[in-house]
Amino acid sequence: MSLKGFKSHPYIPNSVEEVQNDMLREIGLNNLEDLHAEIPEEIKLKENMNLPKAIGSEYELKRHVQDILKKNKTCDSNINFLGGGCWQHYVPALCDEINSRGEFLTAYGGESYNDFGRFQTLFEYQSLVAELVDMDVVNVPTMDGPQAVATALRMAGRITGKKEVLVPALMDKDKFMIINNYCKSALRLIEVDYNIENGQLNLEDLKNKINNQTAAVFFENPSFFGFIEENGQQISDIAHEAGALSVVFVDPSSLGVLKPPSQYGADIVAGELQPLGMHMNYGGGQAGFMATRDEEKFVMEFPSRLFGVTSTIVEGEYGFGDVAYDRTSFGHHRHEGKEYVGTQTALWGITAGVYLATMGPEGMFELGQTIMQNVQYAIKKLDEIENIKASFFNSTFFKEFVVDFNKTGKTVEEINKSLIEKGVFGGKDLSKDFPQFGQTALYCVTEIHTKDDIDKLVCTLKECL
Amino acid sequence: MKRINRDLKVRKNFHQAKWDEPIIFELTKKGERGILVPKANSEIVDMVGDGVSKIPNGMFRDEAPKLPEISQARVLRHYIRLSQMTLGADVNIEIGQGTCTVKYSPKVNEQLARLPEMTEIHPLQDESTVQGILEIMYKTDIFFREISGMDRFNFQPSGGSQAIMVMAAIARAYHESRGEGDIRDEIITTIYSHPSDAAAPAVMGYKIIYINPDENGYPDLEAFKAATSERTAAFFIANPEDTGVYNTRVQEFTKIMKEVGALSCYDQANANGLLGVTRAKEAGFDMCFFNLHKTFSTPHGCGGPATGALGVLDYLVKFLPGPLIDFDGEKYYQNHEIVNNPYSIGKVRLFNGVAPVVLKAYSWIMSLGAEGLYEVAKIAVLNNNYMFKKLMSLDVVDAPYIVGKQRIEQVRYTIEKLYNDTGITTEDIQRRMMDFGMHYWSSHHPYYVPEPITLEPTETPSKEDMDEYIATLEHVFKEAYENPEIIKSAPHQSTCHQLNEESFDDPKQWAISWRSYLKKTTMQES
Repeated sequence: MSLKGFKSHPYIPNSVEEVQNDMLREIGLNNLEDLHAEIPEEIKLKENMNLPKAIGSEYELKRHVQDILKKNKTCDSNINFLGGGCWQHYVPALCDEINSRGEFLTAYGGESYNDFGRFQTLFEYQSLVAELVDMDVVNVPTMDGPQAVATALRMAGRITGKKEVLVPALMDKDKFMIINNYCKSALRLIEVDYNIENGQLNLEDLKNKINNQTAAVFFENPSFFGFIEENGQQISDIAHEAGALSVVFVDPSSLGVLKPPSQYGADIVAGELQPLGMHMNYGGGQAGFMATRDEEKFVMEFPSRLFGVTSTIVEGEYGFGDVAYDRTSFGHHRHEGKEYVGTQTALWGITAGVYLATMGPEGMFELGQTIMQNVQYAIKKLDEIENIKASFFNSTFFKEFVVDFNKTGKTVEEINKSLIEKGVFGGKDLSKDFPQFGQTALYCVTEIHTKDDIDKLVCTLKECL
Repeated sequence: MKRINRDLKVRKNFHQAKWDEPIIFELTKKGERGILVPKANSEIVDMVGDGVSKIPNGMFRDEAPKLPEISQARVLRHYIRLSQMTLGADVNIEIGQGTCTVKYSPKVNEQLARLPEMTEIHPLQDESTVQGILEIMYKTDIFFREISGMDRFNFQPSGGSQAIMVMAAIARAYHESRGEGDIRDEIITTIYSHPSDAAAPAVMGYKIIYINPDENGYPDLEAFKAATSERTAAFFIANPEDTGVYNTRVQEFTKIMKEVGALSCYDQANANGLLGVTRAKEAGFDMCFFNLHKTFSTPHGCGGPATGALGVLDYLVKFLPGPLIDFDGEKYYQNHEIVNNPYSIGKVRLFNGVAPVVLKAYSWIMSLGAEGLYEVAKIAVLNNNYMFKKLMSLDVVDAPYIVGKQRIEQVRYTIEKLYNDTGITTEDIQRRMMDFGMHYWSSHHPYYVPEPITLEPTETPSKEDMDEYIATLEHVFKEAYENPEIIKSAPHQSTCHQLNEESFDDPKQWAISWRSYLKKTTMQES
């Protein structure tokens, strides 16, 4: 037997041999091997696994991991124009301060009597997002924006009893795949065309494709390509006339300046929380939310935890708990509950709450305004470069826009490689996912970009072309 | 001075932090600001104007969202107070959340995950600029191959339940690729596997068949055989199950699956007690997943962000969601071929999953090595069986199923006797345990074990910690006979008193947001 343990490891108090022997004696066993007597011999490992030897100290561990991480080039030390579902915004110091609190970091599934703060902060996050989207019900967050859309669509399918959903053709391909994998067994996704000149959803095509089997019409505002969808109310009206629900995906960072979808007919709003206080984290900051009106037919279709406020037996005291718990797969009905629930992104929900409480209404307006001003400036300056067109679609943009490089004779890939060398991360290459537009890229500009940053982009692009 | 008499065994003077903090909206004061936001440069403003007047007709938000207006220090104080009212693993002896594997999460790993080289990288950056994180993800994949015996890992699933869903999606794609997608529409699981082992495959369109345990607590092999047919797509099981009973005949189950052309999917949420002891591959599984936020300590974060690291054998690699991370001898890169092949299930989460969680798992494995992981498993099981022995010696505690054998990782106990004697339920005990700063969890629903308690010490607590937990339980059990009222009316020393729960299931009363609460309570008052 050449299996060996690690004695007196700092993370394992009872790895001290004398303690182990005492405990073994108390439970009537002779050695640690006896603990796994239940495992059949033929499937037991006979040797230690082939893994690197444990690093000798916490200091050396830190050095080791830091040295690997140093190979990353960050958006702090370069200028980044990538968006496409994960966006670089300023993260207020309070967000990190709160989400690094050990109490929140290491809590999990306790009851409201011991995890009271977890319940209250998530109830408050729900309430803050509810104000932002002007709806009454918001869930404890799900995996990411696309997952929120997928669930919103399945909810629509159950509410209407129908099996088709209409989605915009100009949609992130990854998002489409995520939704399709999740909805496949219940819903068929049908793409609705766009107007070639401005990217807006083609209402004629929508009217042609909608029918009595349509559970929902889904669209995004702003769209994946960054433009503001102007016909929200008309789209919702068309959906409602056909007996379908209007489901809208929204970027919450736009809602200080843009009307929330509930005010142009949306029945279910879904969105991505990452802009509200989460670092990009190489995509690890994503979290999704759904919102509806406070009607039983909607609430009872959520698969997520929904925390509610209540009174206690003591006058003047708040308490919190799960609303309609038995609708979830944690309840008595297991797989006959609504979809499934499990560990998702609660800490990012708490953080989004901190963000919104910190920003307030004024902060959210200023955020939206600065972004739009910076974007309009960027488009203007980029349009001045010969052979480049940043106003590819004739629409108004929020924080992303499509830049057309077709006339440069270079691919976006080539251009982005040259930009990297000069400390600029160019926009997401759209040429593979949307070959119909040739060499185009999706650029993202937010409140973190200064005039100098945008000017540097313009200058560097000129040099590269 | 007289020596102060301290009973160190049971914290009778404990009181949870109780700040009586308002709801954040009650702190609002018109005009207060929590933060100032960057304004556009004045030259930009001169050139483009106010920016928002370009918003198309009818799309401008003319009424601001009713968010609270609060100064920065007050926002901070509010959230710090609420954090203090949360019993995270950093502040309590974490034994009472059985099946959750709540263990110590080393602070150094958290520090590393919060370096700008991790937080300030965009998922679509060129590979040449993210070699560090790709290296971490690639190497962690290799570690997990060794830990499980699987051939390839994918970190896209961002929680255990999502990993289960992905296994079901892969099963669907696998059978479709063999022309059997329509026939194989059933998935078998057990009542003591996690509810998501049934619920997530159901979302993928499967009919669910449950297997009950036999008298020893093993999944009933005869019932399992009877449930399998040409319609079986896959078998989803945890081992050990929630009871802590290890299914010693697991290979017979996976063998039967092979014989009928179905897949065996291993829910390794409870893997902690088996690290370096036994693996998914040798037990005959085709797929498995590990919860990095549980066994690999990354930590739970109130319920995510998380990762359900998903491993498959080689013939299932082509079905994985993409991209995968590869190494060509010089550089690490994202292999998109997988997602572009016609068999892949596509994507299940944006980008590459939760990279900082993978980073923390990497760091944790590097701090322990193979010997450390083996020690984790041994001590987690030693601790579990120490508690098992001590608790079973109490008159009111029992644990159904096989006797005289070890339980792996956790045990589901019953206090049915205590209930029969006193009328005190497991939920009553749960509330009372909070008066001593302890978590206590009953079971998933429905309760197959009457008046259940599920306890899982992991490798983290010391012998003294466990003795304190046991002494507290004993103290409360004694109270049940001597002073039941104190238990029925508990908690007394917690953040709040007993909730009025009836509103939670009443659409007229439930309040899922502050604005709903205000509307409904205003209506009631008028």
